[in-house]
Amino acid sequence: MSGARPSVPAYVRRLWSRRHFITAFATARLTAQYSQAKLGQVWQLMTPLLNATVYYFIFGLLLDTKNGVPDFVPFLVTGVFIWTYTSNSVTAGTRAISGNLGLVRALHFPRAALPIALALQQLQQLLFSMGALVVILFCFGVHPEFSWLLALPALALQSLFNTGLSMVFARLAAKTPDISQLMPFVLRTWMYVSGVMWSLDKLAGSDRLPHAVVTALQYNPAAVYIDLMRFALIDSFTGAQLPPHVWAVALGWAVLVGVGGFLFFWKAEEEYGRG
Amino acid sequence: MAEHRTDSTERGTDTTGRGTDTAERTGTADPVPTVVVDGVHITYTVHGSRGGKGSATSALSRIVSRRRAVPGARRVHAVRGVSFAAYKGEAIGLIGSNGSGKSTLLKAIAGLLPPTEGKVFTRGQPSLLGVNAALMNDLTGERNVILGGLATGMTREQVRDRYAEIVDFSGINEKGDFITLPMRTYSSGMAARLRFSIAAAKSHDVLLIDEALSTGDARFQRRSKERIAALREEAGTVFLVSHSNKSILETCDRALWLESGTLRMDGPAREVVAAYERFTGGRKK
Repeated sequence: MSGARPSVPAYVRRLWSRRHFITAFATARLTAQYSQAKLGQVWQLMTPLLNATVYYFIFGLLLDTKNGVPDFVPFLVTGVFIWTYTSNSVTAGTRAISGNLGLVRALHFPRAALPIALALQQLQQLLFSMGALVVILFCFGVHPEFSWLLALPALALQSLFNTGLSMVFARLAAKTPDISQLMPFVLRTWMYVSGVMWSLDKLAGSDRLPHAVVTALQYNPAAVYIDLMRFALIDSFTGAQLPPHVWAVALGWAVLVGVGGFLFFWKAEEEYGRG
Repeated sequence: MAEHRTDSTERGTDTTGRGTDTAERTGTADPVPTVVVDGVHITYTVHGSRGGKGSATSALSRIVSRRRAVPGARRVHAVRGVSFAAYKGEAIGLIGSNGSGKSTLLKAIAGLLPPTEGKVFTRGQPSLLGVNAALMNDLTGERNVILGGLATGMTREQVRDRYAEIVDFSGINEKGDFITLPMRTYSSGMAARLRFSIAAAKSHDVLLIDEALSTGDARFQRRSKERIAALREEAGTVFLVSHSNKSILETCDRALWLESGTLRMDGPAREVVAAYERFTGGRKK
């Protein structure tokens, strides 16, 4: 039965019946992460805060990237947190199957439960970071507004995108473990071109790069989700800084990668036990 | 690609003939086959264990070429053409020296490791008593019971209902409130007991047990043997891999002896264990 691949509807049904396992697995991973530390779960909040401090020190004070960006600290921190969500989902995805081979070889369940659970763990972690972000926003004089509600659809679309991407890399890395060695370099490049620490909008103004390159950078999914979140949370980040049709593009990336990644993962369902 | 089916019509008739002698011993008039293994071969491909260090170019070609069988990668032929049939109500012991393919065969029966060649037919869903992989050492025993239960496919309600039963059976709380401590603080025996209790809480059609009974104290071993007997009555077929000939003799009525991936002997547990003891040249207890 589990030796053969079920149809997509059957697979989705099976996955749905394992939803409690998925959430329990994600929460367990999250809790286990800091259980050896003396401060325990305080680290859930401390880690993103310390990360933000480091980036502020280097990019804000030492390199002075903030040149011309109002509300630089909220801008930077939002970028770092939203980027970390995508980047960690990909990294977790590459280890979803290869790091849990024992589980795959011991128990029956739809294997997509693993990358989905790991993406969910990253979402939970992001929610802690968002808590820290709200504190930072307050400290820098950004106050809650109705536009903050836009963060929810942006986050939902990004989550769908991340889960899909996580499944793609889960399959790739299950076949070729070397992928996980390569990913840090790919991810770092992706981070630097996505305007995490600087405003992509500034590039559009200058003529240094051809227009097509700038457009490609602006429409790359990481930049889209980061800028949507900045637009939702930060007043001084206006709609004029967003590329046209940005919500449609965000939806497009989410559906394309989310559904495509799921199907791509499902295609190899019966082979994951082999390692 | 090898198949793994559940419908009874597809069951190979040629292999059922091989098991008739064992069918008589189960005592039922019309034995129901639960697992039929037909000429199964299992091969692993192992990367990174080749002779020499593996140059950068060969590593690159490994990434670039999408085929699994990269020339030079080592292939391990773990199971070589094993065939047998198992019937409802049987408890079958798998014996053989280390690395003879016992655990690999179990995984193939469970459908977790697809056979390279040959077929495995099963009635119902065989499950490996392998819940340990789902548990996390940094979590409390309590949370591991819930996580492990969900991992074996129980619903939330079933886990809640059986929680007390699982904890009682494991005997973890006999020496104080250990269930609320992280599992990394448990002794290996305690952890093994908890794992077995979680996995055995669910009834299975075909249960595959890999070296589960070797740990735990005498009292727990007795209790787990009772539990396996109960599972046999509820479910059907139990497979047990063990290096303890004693526990094979006590739990199983039939035994399969695997050596270097081939089935060397199949028959009543007593005879097979005796032959195996002669082969190993020592009286292991």
